[in-house]
Amino acid sequence: MNDIDYRGIIQDGLWRNNIVFGQMLALCPLLAVTTTATNGLGMGLASMVVLLASNMLVSSCRGVISPEVRIPIFVLLIAALVTLVDLAMNAWLHELHKVLGLFIPLIVTNCAILGRAESFASRQPVLASTLDGLMMGLGFTLALVLLGACREILGSATLFAGASLLLGDQFSFLEITFIENYKGVLLLMLPPGGFLVLGFLLAGKQLLDQRQRKLPAKTVELPAAIQPQPASQ
Amino acid sequence: MAWLQDRSTVHYQTLLVGGFALLASAVITIGDRLTRAAIAERQAEDRLSSLRQVLPSAPPGNALLQNPLRIGGDQEQDVLVYRVQQDEQIESVAYQVITSGYSGDIVMVLGIAPDGKLLGVRVVSHSETPGLGDKLELAKSDWILSFNGRSLSDPQPSRWAVKKDGGDFDQWTGATITPRAVVKAVKQGLEFFAAHQGELLAASSSDPGDSQ
Repeated sequence: MNDIDYRGIIQDGLWRNNIVFGQMLALCPLLAVTTTATNGLGMGLASMVVLLASNMLVSSCRGVISPEVRIPIFVLLIAALVTLVDLAMNAWLHELHKVLGLFIPLIVTNCAILGRAESFASRQPVLASTLDGLMMGLGFTLALVLLGACREILGSATLFAGASLLLGDQFSFLEITFIENYKGVLLLMLPPGGFLVLGFLLAGKQLLDQRQRKLPAKTVELPAAIQPQPASQ
Repeated sequence: MAWLQDRSTVHYQTLLVGGFALLASAVITIGDRLTRAAIAERQAEDRLSSLRQVLPSAPPGNALLQNPLRIGGDQEQDVLVYRVQQDEQIESVAYQVITSGYSGDIVMVLGIAPDGKLLGVRVVSHSETPGLGDKLELAKSDWILSFNGRSLSDPQPSRWAVKKDGGDFDQWTGATITPRAVVKAVKQGLEFFAAHQGELLAASSSDPGDSQ
């Protein structure tokens, strides 16, 4: 119970097993939402809250849930959570809800949340599951913002357009327009563009991972060859 | 109570799913109770601020939202008309128009002067594609302002369409369905005004509270 690899959970969530780039889950909301970096950020943060809460709930209920009926119960929990988040945002974060309101019900269809409940939270203690939810959510947010930023820069030559609507006026410095009166590349704004950019990003991650795999292979070999000698002396 | 120990029995599982369903509905009910008043308040604020944008001469406070005029519309629902009244004269009227865009309903408010000229059009809610069809928001584009000052005779009824269809209004790259729907709906809104002009402009003398 005590030897939980928290570092591993963080690495998994952010990079190795990232919901989008590692597990290739949740592509439906991903492609629908990432026309701008701002939308991606909003959707990512909302998903993160739900993921965190659902992991925490599922993990604390894992003692009573029997395996035969676990899926309906997880779905029920997640749907209830999303409804509550939707209501709370509508009431107390109304400006944000006006921007994101459309996407919040979509979170229910995010299979990554059910996936984490099933594959992690239903087997792990509460703290580890909460951390996993947070990290998976952060990783998802990163992926959404990255994809949104690429599509926005290429598609409409802006970055974080509408960020002040989402985050408040003090964040209007984030909004950058690269080319005025840019006609826009329609393809990138539409879902096929999302697939294209996602493909390139995935290829980029593979490239980085391959390079990573080659480098540590050398650095690990050295100490392994040296260490036995001082130990035997 | 042995069956409670054995989680593979049907009893246990039925109770479990039922219990969770009950719990979830209870929590959602509580959440709904807690947020209902705040949400209604926010929506009233939203309605007021969008009405204010199309009715420049509206008085401060939320007197505007009180006593809306109810008129049987062409659809099954009545149209609620909010009016600005100065003494015995109606200065401007505003009402909602709903049309279906590319994905789902587009809800708009039209503000109209007694002479049938548009004071303004604003979109209250829509679910058009972000980045493509959302240029109907004033925050994204000032396209919606192109309706200001228009009326049924300006442009001619045949030119109440997007440029692609031989009309006077711009469409946007990549999105024709949304502006087309909006132009059509605004025109229908003006026709509603023309059809009910008498009712709409009859000042309600039985309601002296308005001029205060």
